[in-house]
Amino acid sequence: MESDVLVVDDSAAIRKILQRVLRQTGMAIRTIHEAGNGEEALEVLKQHTVALVLTDINMPKMDGLQLLAALKASVAWNRIPVVMITTEGGEAKVGEAVKLGATGYVRKPFTADQIKEKLTGLVESTVPL
Amino acid sequence: MNVQKLIVSSIRHSVVEVFTTMLGADIESCEVSVAQVTPEANDGVVSFIGLAGAWTGTGSISCSPAMACRICSKMLLTEASAVDEEVLDAVAELTNMVIGNVKSDLERHLGSLGLSIPTVVFGKNFKTKSARSGDWITERFVWEGEDLLVRIYLVPEQVGPHPRLAGQACPIDV
Repeated sequence: MESDVLVVDDSAAIRKILQRVLRQTGMAIRTIHEAGNGEEALEVLKQHTVALVLTDINMPKMDGLQLLAALKASVAWNRIPVVMITTEGGEAKVGEAVKLGATGYVRKPFTADQIKEKLTGLVESTVPL
Repeated sequence: MNVQKLIVSSIRHSVVEVFTTMLGADIESCEVSVAQVTPEANDGVVSFIGLAGAWTGTGSISCSPAMACRICSKMLLTEASAVDEEVLDAVAELTNMVIGNVKSDLERHLGSLGLSIPTVVFGKNFKTKSARSGDWITERFVWEGEDLLVRIYLVPEQVGPHPRLAGQACPIDV
C-alpha cells in the first residue's frame, strides 16, 4: 500500500533534493508533501495522513524540535516516525531530538544511500531497498 | 589547540565533503589568509550565516553568478542559466551545510554554538561590512577554474561560559 510522506525544510533546494532521493529509494510513496516550517507542517498534517515525516531542525517560526514535540504530544500524530535531517550534528540538538522521540537523524550533507538506510522499514517498499 | 588552525581545517573538510556528497564534484583548497576584510565593491553572490554562543561571529560564502548557477545545477540536477530564487536558495543551503558542519566541529572545543538562518545577496557593485572589526579567516577554493571564498569571523563572547577568553580575538589557543 502506498503512503504519503511529509518533507519539512525551509530550504526549497533541500526539499527538492529529498523529493528526488525519496523517489529513488523504492519506497511505496504516493505523494510527497512539502512544508517550509513546523507551522506549515502541522497544517499539512491536518489535511493529509502521512506515514513518515522528514524534518530539518533549524527553521524559522516553528523549528524541527518544536514540531517533533507537537507531534509526540498529539494522540493523532504521535505514532508517525520522525527523522531529523539536519546540519545540527552536535550532541545537544541530536540528544534533544532523540529524547523527544525522533526515530533517527541524517546529517547534511547526505547521500541517497544514507537516506535509504535510515528509512528502511519505516515505509513499505515496492522494491527491495 | 589553536582555534584558527581548527577553523581552517574544518572549513576545508566541510567544503570538500559538501561538494563531493551533494554536488558530486571535486573542489580544491588553494589559499588561506587571515586579515581584516575591508568593504570592497562586489559583483556576484554572497551569503552570510550567523554563529552565536560562547563564541560569536559570521560565516560567509561568495562566488560569481556563473558559479552560483553551476552549484544550483549540480545540487538540484536542473539547468540554471541565470541567478534566480532557486539559485539563491541552493547557495543558501550550501552555506548552511558548510558553516553548519564547521560549527559542529568547533562545538567540540568551544562549547555550544547556535546557527542563524542564512541570508543571500546578489547584485553588482555592492559592499558588505561587519559591525565588528577583527580578522576574518578566508579560505579560497577553486572549482572548474573559478574561485569560491569561504570566510569566518569568530571571537569569544564578552560574557559567556568561557570568561577567561573574553575580549581575545582569534587566533587563540584554548
